[in-house]
Order: sequence, then structure tokens, then C-alpha cells
Amino acid sequence: MSASYLEATARERILAVLDAGSFSELLPPARRVVSPHLGQLDAPVSFDDGVVIGEGQLGGRAVMAAAQEGGFMGGAVGEVHGAKLVGLLKRAIRKQAAGVVLLLETGGVRLHEANAGLIAVSEVMRAVLEARAAGIPVIVLVGGANGCFGGMGIVARCANTIIMSEEGRLAMSGPEVIETANGVEEFDSRDRALVWRTTGGKHRYLIGDCKQLVGDDTEAFRQAAIAALGDAVAVPLTLEALQAEQEMLRQRIVSFGEAEDPMDIWAELGVPAPQAVPMLEAQAFTAMAEGLRIPFKA
Amino acid sequence: MSQTPTPSQVDWHALAQTLFPQGQQISEKDNFLSGTAQVDGATVAVVGTTGHTPIGIEIALAQASAILDTVREHPGRAIVILVDTQGQRLRHRDEMLGINSYMAHLGKCVELARRQGHRVVGLVYDQALSGGFITSGLIADACYALPEATIRVMGLPAMARITKVPEERLTELARSNPVFAPGPENYLRMGGVAEIWHGDLAQALREALSVDRSADTRAAVGQQRGGRQWAQRVIEAVANDAPLN
Repeated sequence: MSASYLEATARERILAVLDAGSFSELLPPARRVVSPHLGQLDAPVSFDDGVVIGEGQLGGRAVMAAAQEGGFMGGAVGEVHGAKLVGLLKRAIRKQAAGVVLLLETGGVRLHEANAGLIAVSEVMRAVLEARAAGIPVIVLVGGANGCFGGMGIVARCANTIIMSEEGRLAMSGPEVIETANGVEEFDSRDRALVWRTTGGKHRYLIGDCKQLVGDDTEAFRQAAIAALGDAVAVPLTLEALQAEQEMLRQRIVSFGEAEDPMDIWAELGVPAPQAVPMLEAQAFTAMAEGLRIPFKA
Repeated sequence: MSQTPTPSQVDWHALAQTLFPQGQQISEKDNFLSGTAQVDGATVAVVGTTGHTPIGIEIALAQASAILDTVREHPGRAIVILVDTQGQRLRHRDEMLGINSYMAHLGKCVELARRQGHRVVGLVYDQALSGGFITSGLIADACYALPEATIRVMGLPAMARITKVPEERLTELARSNPVFAPGPENYLRMGGVAEIWHGDLAQALREALSVDRSADTRAAVGQQRGGRQWAQRVIEAVANDAPLN
């Protein structure tokens, strides 16, 4: 069944991505495990602290899955929210799951829980790498309206695979933060086209920061996640793989370090009509990018 | 995430001499520190930053390169990460080139070192902020801090703007609640900092390097110290079906 991933809630997404009827939620809203910090600021709480976690099947294989709810504080990570993700990754190791699927939509650290949120994001990062070391692949999907930012943008790149839609955005500091710090000349956060070119799925796909680009469709994400789970990739980190990544990232600065706009980079890669890239449908875009893009390494 | 430069409190040369009385060969290039030092007769690798520098893609890559070199050329050699940063660099160019990938790469290199048996010790000797801290001190086996160090996500005025909570209220909360206040004591209570080093720094470093802290126990420590009451309980409930009460 086809439906917009962007417009779906976290719970709708996780149900649509996993095999029908297979999802069983851990610490569901009925348990009311809420943030211990938001109340002191008179901020509203959410009964799942903005993240849905549980077990299910993906293409017939037992996986753990989590989905962040962008509608609650932009999907930001607080103490409980982060601990749910860490617990899920540890559970995947204990139960030897076939993989962990993370549907990320987040601004990063929840500032209302400042220090606790920062440590929580660090714990999630280490838990992702711990799962990989145990041979459990971690698959990240990014296609929500809030993108995947801050420390969670780092966490995403610690996973084995990233699948994005063209509407998905992946970066670190948000345009507003950069504009506030260094002025509108540095990054005009109201220039939506520039924001999209800089952080959007197509740019990430072209420069090698995401493995696959799909249309804004829950079924397309599901099929890509099933395929990623079946990929015979080396799950744990190796010196060889990280040396290759080092070289890829070094070469990126050499090749594109002088570029002022992502379109300069696309032109350098040989994209025939960079200005037309935003108009292309996902399929036409990936066909065009074939042979031009930098391959993804994780 | 304020990028307003504040004067450096700590000269890294003086710190290095105190930390490594047996000798050190650390050099600085554009606020990036790298080299070796002697601790208890053994050589350790030193990687870090100074001058409150923002962490951009070049300096993240330079740190990663130094760590990969250590893993490749000197298996098992301990790594000391010296932390002083105002956070990630806030530039359009860094975002366009995927700064999160550079930060993640640095984190993965530290993780590889740990998995291959290198002890990794982080020390916040001056300032640590948000993104620059996640892939330095916080990715080490354990992170330590000097008493005068500043550690925070962002300043209270900026936090007040974004959370829409009045600054006076945050200032008041910061007095009693480690979640909102900057400073190493609060990170200590929450488990993010293992110890604050007073007195003989060289001795503190020797002791830190002599214990295996490669497992992430920060949530459990945060619970024991009373700074984070929920993280460990939620982790246990989800990971091991432990009763949550």
C-alpha cells in the first residue's frame, strides 16, 4: 500500500515499514514512562517520550525497530527517549536480532534536558557501534519533515546503511543555528531551496552520505530496508573500511572544498543539468546519478 | 553552541608538562594537537584540540587520521584525547560537505581503537560543548575533567530562547538540577564524566590508564550518583525485560 512517509506519524511509519501485524511495542504509551525533566519547565510530556520502540519482522526476519515522533519536540532526544533507543540496541544483541531499523526524525539533543540529552545521544552512538560490533546491522531511514540533525546526524552515519527520501534531510547544525551564529550571508535559513540543496536526500546521495534514495513512500522505504537487511555487508568496523572512509572524506575536501553551492559539486561530478536536479523524481534521479555519484561507505 | 570566543584559560604546553612529567612530543597545528608522550615508561598517543577551536571537517579528519595511524602502526598503544572546543563549526560549507559524516568517522575510528584493545582516555582540560564533545571526550572509554573545565550543551541565554523558558527560571533550576547547569560536577553526577581530577594530574592519568573502562557504564553510574534517575532503569527494562518501578 502506498502512502506518504513524510506525512505519517512515527507509529504509522513503523507499522508500514515492518511486516503487517508483526510489530509489538515495548514500553508503550500505556506504561507512561515519561520525561522526568519536562515537568519542571512546565513543558508537556508525551507518554512514549517521543519514540516508539519494539520488536517485529522485516521481510520475515526478526528485527528491532524504533521510530522517532517529529511531532513531539521535533523528535529531540531526552533522558528517557535516549535510554529507550539504547535499551533496544542492547536487546537486539541479547536476542541476536537480524537487524535494527531506526526511523530517525530528530533535531538532536532535547535542549529542555540539556546535559542529560547530550549524554543520552552519546550513549545511543556507542550502543549503535556496540550492536555493529556484535554483528547486528543497523539500518537508518530518514524521511520525516524535521530531518535528522545534531548529534543524531552523527549517530545516523555510524549505522551500516542510510536510506533517505528526497524530502529527508541529514546534517548537523540546523540552518537557523548557523544563521544565528554567523549571519544570514553565511546561511539564509529562509532560502528553502538552498536548505534543501545543502542537506536534502539527493545531495547526500550524490556525495556518498546515503546508500539509497527512495520516493516519499512508506512501501518504498520498506522495500529498501528489506533489501538492506539482505545485503551481505561487513557489519563490524574494520581498519580497512575506516581507511577507505578516511580517503573518501579526504578526497571530498580536495574535490569540493572550494565549492560555494551544492550545485557546484553536482556539476563537478558531471551531473548534466544541476539546476534540474530538484525537479527529478526519485527513480529518474537515481538513474541519472548512476556512474556519477560517489559510492556510499559506512 | 555560542561561537563567541572566550579567552583560553589553559595553556596546553603547561598542561602537557604537568600531565606527562616523563616527557612528551606534542605539536600544535591550527589548534590541532598530536604526538606522543611517556607514561609509566610506556608511549601513549596524544590527540586533541586547543584554543576553544570549533571542530570543522578538517580538524575532525586530522584527529581521525592520527587515531587510525596509531591503530595501524602501534597496536595496543593507549590514546589520550585532550578536549578544548567551542563545539562543531557553524558554517554552511561544513554542512554542505557533510560534517556529521566527518564527526561520525572520528567516532568510529575511536571505537575501532577501543575494540582493538587500545585504552582511550578523554580529558576536558578547558571547554567542551555539544557536537565537539560527542566525538571527543564522550566517545572515549571514560571522560575526565579538570575542576575549572566548562562543559555544556549551550549557554543558558540561548537555551532560554529556544526552550522559551525564562532565563531566570533556568538559572534557578541550574542551582539545584544537574541537567541544566554547566560544569564538570553536573556531568560527574550524571555519569558523563568519570572523575574530576584534583592535585597530581600525572598520577590521575596513570590510574586512569591502568583500568579497563571500555564498557559504557555511564547510565548506571549516573543512577548511582543520583544525577540521572531514569536512564539505567529504562535501558534495563527494554534490554532485559527488567521490571520498571
